[in-house]
Amino acid sequence: MSDIAGRGYSNADKLVSTEWVAAHLNDDKVRIVESNEDPLLYPSGHIPGAVEVDWVKDLNDPLRRDYLGREGFEALASRIGITPDTMVVFYGDKSNWWATYALWVFELFNHTNAVIMDGGRLKWVEEGRDLTRDKPSVSPTGYSAPERDDSRIRAFREGVLQHTQANGQLVDVRSPGEFSGEKLHMEGYPQEGAVRGGHIPGASSVPWSRAANEDGTFKNAAELRGIYLDEMGLSPAEPTIAYCRIGERSSHTWFVLTNLLGFADVRNYDGSWTEWGNSVGLPIEK
Amino acid sequence: MADYPPILQEYLDDFGFVTSREERVDFLIAIADEFQPVPESVATKPYDEAQRVIGCESEAFVWALDREDGTLDFYFDVLNPQGLSAMAMSAILDRSCSGAPLEQVAAVNGEFVFTFFGKDISMGKGRGLTELVNAVVYQARQRLKSAQI
Repeated sequence: MSDIAGRGYSNADKLVSTEWVAAHLNDDKVRIVESNEDPLLYPSGHIPGAVEVDWVKDLNDPLRRDYLGREGFEALASRIGITPDTMVVFYGDKSNWWATYALWVFELFNHTNAVIMDGGRLKWVEEGRDLTRDKPSVSPTGYSAPERDDSRIRAFREGVLQHTQANGQLVDVRSPGEFSGEKLHMEGYPQEGAVRGGHIPGASSVPWSRAANEDGTFKNAAELRGIYLDEMGLSPAEPTIAYCRIGERSSHTWFVLTNLLGFADVRNYDGSWTEWGNSVGLPIEK
Repeated sequence: MADYPPILQEYLDDFGFVTSREERVDFLIAIADEFQPVPESVATKPYDEAQRVIGCESEAFVWALDREDGTLDFYFDVLNPQGLSAMAMSAILDRSCSGAPLEQVAAVNGEFVFTFFGKDISMGKGRGLTELVNAVVYQARQRLKSAQI
């Protein structure tokens, strides 16, 4: 058995173990979804029966900077064979960074029956579990989705500005060098940089990866509270906005604060530093 | 301007015919399957940090050993077991640049990684793979520079 239930999370049901997934490979009520940064990983071998959701071509609007709309989500959900009642289990590379991003987008369409496989792809592989290159045979569904709800877990520039002017809680999950303004972009991501360096005034610096163990699993609740509450002084009762560079790393922190620590109101600012640091007239701290 | 190493040019020509993402991915996975990490006769872990490719999140390392004919043998390792793209790139560089004239290797432009991996690759992957190419090119340019002194 997995120890997830004993880690003290506020909502341990949002995580499943590799053992749990292995036992539900043929469960009709479960759809396993791999979401990675590296496009070669899924085709090179994936959990038997798992489908792929690609963060570039599947989750983003192909033209403007935004996520897919209702029709696009319905087409995606139908293609991967889920209904609103299907439990979607996301997993992927980089400590589930991209899996939490996909889960966050799914929740914009109120598909909240979605969980993360703790440890992601790396843990599954290192445990020597089966991988296949066979594409699963999926019967398309006719998924009917609501309009995307951006009000609950997504933040926009004007809202962030008001939030910071009211001294609201902000978590900057980028690297310390990006937070300080020493770097204008994440190591290795120069094209996604900004004209100005620094951070949104009042933000706490907690790099996203601090919430993960070496094996890609999430730290337990006591360890997470030590970082976000004791060290950073964040209050679970206060509205909180997480941001990074384009909103993907911060979706990992959004997942941690919302589901593992039980913060009441967390929003992900996907405009993040590539919007804030390039905007005219917005306040910046260094 | 020198030509690219012929084998690299062949790869580029082949990828020029790729018409779908699926075909591209299958092609790259087949190449990645041929990746051979650096033999212990050349380097053992923990590797010298001087051989690390800065900016490659897949933790790639590159070595260049001199051949008697003045060209270089390149060796690679990728420590991240999920670094499949880096393994594919390493296999391409090993096969095409080892033993190639230094002038041709030195003329290589890392931008060609997008010919192999397509424009949909993330910025991070693109940068890491470009730096892997640059590490090989750097070695060739250093040897040429030394030869001129």
